[in-house]
Amino acid sequence: MSAVFDKKIHQTLADANLQLAIYTATGRLKDKRTESVAEALMPEYQELRTQANALKKHAIENLDYYLEEFERNVEAHGGKVIYCKDGTEVSDFVLGLAKERGVSLLVKSKSMTSEEVDLNERLEHHGLEAVETDLGEYILQLGHERPYHIVAPALHKTRFDVAAIFEKELHVAYETVPEKLSQIARGVLRQKFLDAGIGITGGNFLVADSGAVVLVENEGNARLTTTAPRIHIAIAGIEKVIPRAQDLAVFLKLLARSATGQALSVYTSFLSGPRRAGEIDGPDEFYVVLLDNGRTKLLPSRAKRQSLYCIRCAACLNTCPVYRKIGGHSFPWVYSGPIGAIITPQFMGVSYEPSLPFASSLCGACAEVCPVKIDIPQVLLDLRSDVKKAETREKKNRLEKLSFRMFAWMMTHPRVYAWAGWMARHGPILNVGPVRAWTSQRDLPPRPRQSFRDMWSRR
Amino acid sequence: MSREHILHRVRTAIGRSAGQPPGVAPPVRIRVPTDDSALSVAARVTNMLARVEALAGKTYHAASPEDARAFVAAAVAGKTALASNAPFLADCGIANLPGVRTGIVDREELRECCSTVEIGITSADYALADTGTLVMLSSPQEARLISLLPPAHIAVVPSERILSGLDELFAILPNPAELTSSMVLITGPSRTADIEQILVRGVHGPGEITVVVVERG
Repeated sequence: MSAVFDKKIHQTLADANLQLAIYTATGRLKDKRTESVAEALMPEYQELRTQANALKKHAIENLDYYLEEFERNVEAHGGKVIYCKDGTEVSDFVLGLAKERGVSLLVKSKSMTSEEVDLNERLEHHGLEAVETDLGEYILQLGHERPYHIVAPALHKTRFDVAAIFEKELHVAYETVPEKLSQIARGVLRQKFLDAGIGITGGNFLVADSGAVVLVENEGNARLTTTAPRIHIAIAGIEKVIPRAQDLAVFLKLLARSATGQALSVYTSFLSGPRRAGEIDGPDEFYVVLLDNGRTKLLPSRAKRQSLYCIRCAACLNTCPVYRKIGGHSFPWVYSGPIGAIITPQFMGVSYEPSLPFASSLCGACAEVCPVKIDIPQVLLDLRSDVKKAETREKKNRLEKLSFRMFAWMMTHPRVYAWAGWMARHGPILNVGPVRAWTSQRDLPPRPRQSFRDMWSRR
Repeated sequence: MSREHILHRVRTAIGRSAGQPPGVAPPVRIRVPTDDSALSVAARVTNMLARVEALAGKTYHAASPEDARAFVAAAVAGKTALASNAPFLADCGIANLPGVRTGIVDREELRECCSTVEIGITSADYALADTGTLVMLSSPQEARLISLLPPAHIAVVPSERILSGLDELFAILPNPAELTSSMVLITGPSRTADIEQILVRGVHGPGEITVVVVERG
């Protein structure tokens, strides 16, 4: 385990307030999800999951076809599609367009994809102002932090934290009532929306047969981002494409329920191209950035490409006993929780944080709640095997190999096995080295006085 | 830029070649309810109003267009309001209520007006009974900002426009992009729970939503 990962985990575990905040917030989201998909309320839930999985599988297996179909349809409606390999290409495109159009202020609605490529930092580096408009993301931007959770980004912040951030960064009076804090943000951001030249969003779904970007949100900031400025740029991973608009009847029912327990999020926007002739408002220019950034690396393996089915509902985070203890910032990259544990090593390489696939008890709770049925524990196992193979290549795990060889030798020599068993029951406990590392986190069970083989021989 | 590079990588990884037709897609799953309770307009109206109220929206079931007009007149009395260009609002006599502006076709004028009025009044192309959702298609009749910028939104919808739910919507509109650049589903007032999971309404969009269902008789 890297020292940073280890340190962050211990900091989180030692912070009682943070522990309570994570536990309460994820618990609430988890319970709401459970209620909303209950058999009595939603008898078709399991059938929808199966259908969603089949649709995602089909879309990924024919990804090039649907990307090209999506592109054709976006262009037919007067929009433009830009393929980008990585974050540099995304920021080059946005910077170039902003320069050409003379734009210096951009508004953004919540997008994990843009977090992934550090878009804000890149734009700010070139003197542009990019303002997050989702309340949680705005708080984090002012506080210079990364999202703690895929759906509830400021889950770890108390109202007092937010009051302090607003007081310091916005020079307003210290105010701790959430309604008033929201009003302060609304006021500041309202002006940003009206002044901004470009609005940047993510994309929950890209609909191939319509050339549409679908955005799902509760606040209205994504609607404002896509309506007030003259230019809309949606940035989405290539895996977000689905075949048909009609498939939304499946995905929309699953997404909001899995994320927050709502039957539908407050606003679902289905956007295809710039405003048409006669339409009174809407953007004049419409761009969709299709981002690779490591996604194509996941495609060759049939088992692992299912990681790309994810619709970012965060149900796996809320239900994960590990996430609920170690929180979002312990994870090494922007994606946290079980889904973060499987996509981070695949996007960034297994050596990025090799212990990540091992930071799981493989309890399977994540797979049970996943609306698109990603078998997360299976992918974790595959990744563990990849990490071990890489370590073998780098000759890192010699001690581990040696101990497994000794274990194999013991298991195939009954006398040695019997002796080792006796030692384990009656010998001294050598609480040093690897044993100590183990016992420092766990209690040893009481030692039995006799072995099963003793009992068996005496009956 | 990287178009060919990325498409090539995708094709190599999944074993496809350029121009190859796709495999057979899973059949569309659309289930429009066929039982009487879901089909009758009365049942849809009841469900719609109950769902909107459950989301903390206000509702009114108007027996006639005149009734709707009277309700909206009372709601906007003493306030400033902007009505969309939807013919149904004009038919009900809502667009020409005193204090209500309407007929804006210029974007700048619309932005200006929407950021100052207290109430935005629209119709809706459809409503979804099982979730209490308004379906708004952007058009010369319906601008996007009227249901978004003012702090309160009143939607006046003929009862026969209420569908059972999402499935019926996508059965009627299999490809909304053919009609509009923007279809928005609105389910309740704008909300957030980003601070300590405490529900706050009206963070960016309208904090108040009123759905008036109108019987045309």
